[in-house]
Amino acid sequence: MLAYILRRLISIPFLLLGVASVSFLLSQMTKGDPLAALVPERMMSNPEIVAAVKAEWGLDQPLPIRYVRYLGNLLQGDMGTSFSTRRPVALDIAERLPATLELVIAAMIIGTFMGLALGLLSARFRGTIVDSVARIFALLGSSLPVFWSGLILLYVLSVQLRIVPGTGRLPPRVQPPPDVTGFYTIDALLAGNFPLFLQVLSHLALPAFVLGWAVTGIITRLVRSSLVEGLSLDYARTARAKGAPERIVLIRHALPNAMIPLLTILGFTFAYLITGAVLTEAIFSWPGIGSYAVRAAASLDYPAIGGVTIVGAVAFLLANLVTDIAYAWANPRIKVH
Amino acid sequence: MADISAPVAAPARRSGGFRRTFRKLPVTAIIGAAILLFWIFTVLTVQFWPMAEPLDMVGRRLQPPSAEHWLGTDALGRDVFSRTMHGAVWSIPIAILVVACAVAIGSLLGAISGFFGGWTDGIIMRLVDVTVAFPPILLAMAVAAMLGPGLTNASIAMVIVWWPIYARLMRAQVLEVKEREHVEAAIAGGASPLRVLRVHVLPLCWTPTLINATMDFGQVVLLAASLSFIGLGAKPPSPEWGSMISEGATRFYDWWIAFGPGMAILTVVLATSFLGDGLRDLFDRRSQ
Repeated sequence: MLAYILRRLISIPFLLLGVASVSFLLSQMTKGDPLAALVPERMMSNPEIVAAVKAEWGLDQPLPIRYVRYLGNLLQGDMGTSFSTRRPVALDIAERLPATLELVIAAMIIGTFMGLALGLLSARFRGTIVDSVARIFALLGSSLPVFWSGLILLYVLSVQLRIVPGTGRLPPRVQPPPDVTGFYTIDALLAGNFPLFLQVLSHLALPAFVLGWAVTGIITRLVRSSLVEGLSLDYARTARAKGAPERIVLIRHALPNAMIPLLTILGFTFAYLITGAVLTEAIFSWPGIGSYAVRAAASLDYPAIGGVTIVGAVAFLLANLVTDIAYAWANPRIKVH
Repeated sequence: MADISAPVAAPARRSGGFRRTFRKLPVTAIIGAAILLFWIFTVLTVQFWPMAEPLDMVGRRLQPPSAEHWLGTDALGRDVFSRTMHGAVWSIPIAILVVACAVAIGSLLGAISGFFGGWTDGIIMRLVDVTVAFPPILLAMAVAAMLGPGLTNASIAMVIVWWPIYARLMRAQVLEVKEREHVEAAIAGGASPLRVLRVHVLPLCWTPTLINATMDFGQVVLLAASLSFIGLGAKPPSPEWGSMISEGATRFYDWWIAFGPGMAILTVVLATSFLGDGLRDLFDRRSQ
């Protein structure tokens, strides 16, 4: 297993190089002029800026040198300057990362809990109306466009019923908690400001639910099928023979075995979460990387798009790595090749 | 489209008649097929339907749904129902095209990779690894933005996102089939490698690809709408589902503007996953 983890770790730098190379190629593709990917149109007339950017990225040099320069800048965390915020892209992303992480983690928790609950319900009552309702609810989550379900739920719950507040991380004109982790929930608690914590939580609830619902479908499906399989196996029969009620067989015996396959799809659900986060943030005016990416894409802010793409790919690679290692650790039976 | 639907029937014929096999499809799969047929019918005939033109300003602005305008009117007084139905003319053919291109490119590279092995395999599979290292939407956004916004470039971006899936599927199939005895016999009989691949291997490799393509169809519709929603796909005033929802997002008090296109996307995605599930249960031996 150690060898497997090592091999997995060794592949990471190569994949990162591949990711960086693809990003470089993309930046070179831009309308035929790589300069257009680095300097906003209205600054093109300023020869000083153009010369400075050319020097930094080696644009007067041939392609291989530009490639090396690009990798060098990237290694130093330099992803260029955003056209719209006129700040380093790396800084913009670092500032917005906590908001996205807070949303994604909250969504992951909601999605996993809903998925487990629905999976348990539909396995326990399989073939009944409970099963059908649970599965339809789960299926809807993975079929609905989040940018639409978010919109409709916002209209129903916020505008009509006034159960949840509107968009954003906080109500307008409310000061965020002092910055420690960047997670408003944790920061508000650290500051001992409980009313603020509740406000933060109420703003987080709907977007996290919308995003979590999107992964509930995959998790429910997986949990249900592993539970149903588990319930037909010998250990379940033994437990029943010893007089354990079906509920206990399900929770004590089948559920633990269903957790391992659940681990394997965490990396896969992460891809869904990133996609969903980009669109959810756009709908809920959530000041994270997703809404940054959407604004960058809409205004053709090339350095920002490139930066978000690289950061997203790195996060995705890490998530898959953690999943693989966790799986190898949790299930020594898997054959590693 | 023709080359997608033809091989679906192939395994069915082998296992004893098209009709008998498809009678085993669950009800949900039949419903899914019916919904997809409805949308294809809409694409072909919507221009003859007796209703307002999607770009005409036919009524007062922002009217809620009524008998006259089933899904209300948008900010420019256009009929939302008509626009939703016309949206299919954008979304459905584009999704078919994207899936067809991704299947063609991916299957070709995957088949070459699996059949010939060696360094060809190495290069193609490393390309696959790097492509799937990107979260799909971010790669699609980056490619679409770099190429310039527009439906064509968004479609190219989606093909780039999707081909690796089919390359992996096809490679795995080819690797399995190539070990069978009839292939060995063909090689011993002196058939050229290309002929072996084309005649003896490929025809047995399509089932997983076709099932996956059915399932992916809905996801492609979803991603295309997402790209348009972001502003990288179809541009207003074209009645594309994603860009209609983005118009609705700016004024979500008038919920009906986004309601129709969202329901349309939902029906397509649900239909393809129903149909895909049914087909998989039918053909995939492992899941039986």
